[in-house]
Amino acid sequence: MFSYFHAIEFSAAGQMIKNSTWAFAVIESVHLLALAVIGGAVLVVDLRMLGFGLRRQTVAELARDAQPILAASLFVMLLTGAMLFMSEAVKCYYSTPFWVKMSSLALAILFTFTVRRKITRADEGRISPIGYKTVAVLSLALWFTVGAAGRWIGFSG
Amino acid sequence: MSLLPFCQWLAETRGSIALHESLYMYPLLESSHVLTLCLFVGLSVLLDLRLLGITLRRIPVSEVINRIMPWMVFGFILMIVTGILLFYAIPIRSYQNVFFRLKMITLVLAGLNAWFFHSGIHKRVGEWDSTLPPPRRARMAGVLSLVFWGIIVVSGRMIAYNWFDCDMNPPAAFYWAAGCVPGVR
Repeated sequence: MFSYFHAIEFSAAGQMIKNSTWAFAVIESVHLLALAVIGGAVLVVDLRMLGFGLRRQTVAELARDAQPILAASLFVMLLTGAMLFMSEAVKCYYSTPFWVKMSSLALAILFTFTVRRKITRADEGRISPIGYKTVAVLSLALWFTVGAAGRWIGFSG
Repeated sequence: MSLLPFCQWLAETRGSIALHESLYMYPLLESSHVLTLCLFVGLSVLLDLRLLGITLRRIPVSEVINRIMPWMVFGFILMIVTGILLFYAIPIRSYQNVFFRLKMITLVLAGLNAWFFHSGIHKRVGEWDSTLPPPRRARMAGVLSLVFWGIIVVSGRMIAYNWFDCDMNPPAAFYWAAGCVPGVR
């Protein structure tokens, strides 16, 4: 496994980002902008499932509007995230927060595009308030772990 | 008048030194500041996109504002509190950082934009609540908000880089813009 990480960092693209003064900072800024957007797209639906925010709309209605924003920002997150990873793959290999982030990210994506997608699209009457709340709490917990662990990659040497 | 003496005084206070030297408090504060982006900027983006008529199109603008605003205010308060504490931990370096200055100026512009919107076209929101696309002035407020908050987020992130710090001998224009004073850092 380590040899792959090493090869990625020492690939032409990895070295280009690593050796540039601005590249990492610029890519990370885009990563951060997309973080704000994906946060809004997730929160507006999760808050609604918890009974807050845009309560006069159905969950399904909000989820339909938020879906393209969620998908687009997630795409930008993954793209810029991969580029950041390439420039410091070896450091990531030894970073606990990195592995926490990748595990929770895999779970968050899986959960969002299976269970959460199904529940948010269901007709209003078919899902109990407890069902909505459970999905919202799990979604918030998973994405929070991704974000917090992600920020911590930078703090851990 | 320069705020530098105030920053120098602030940097010598016990709280500032404690925060600056703390192993966990500073990263925890910074993480909170960053993650609150999701709440405050994330919801602002949704509101701005609604003002542009791009998303949440079937929901009246007034309802989006009334329902989302309390959460944005909550996020904004968290942002301000954590932001002030981050500044308190490193006052002199922040004050003499071009990105920090750009961020503060843009914050004022974003505030003015919000104020113009709320005291202007928003007062007559009843007339265009569900009109698509929303009136030009509402769309303008949305675009400006997206641009300003984008600059604020990016320049905020850039504060962490020391490219133009006073002790890095930056180009003359940056030296001036950062308000560098020889011997002070």
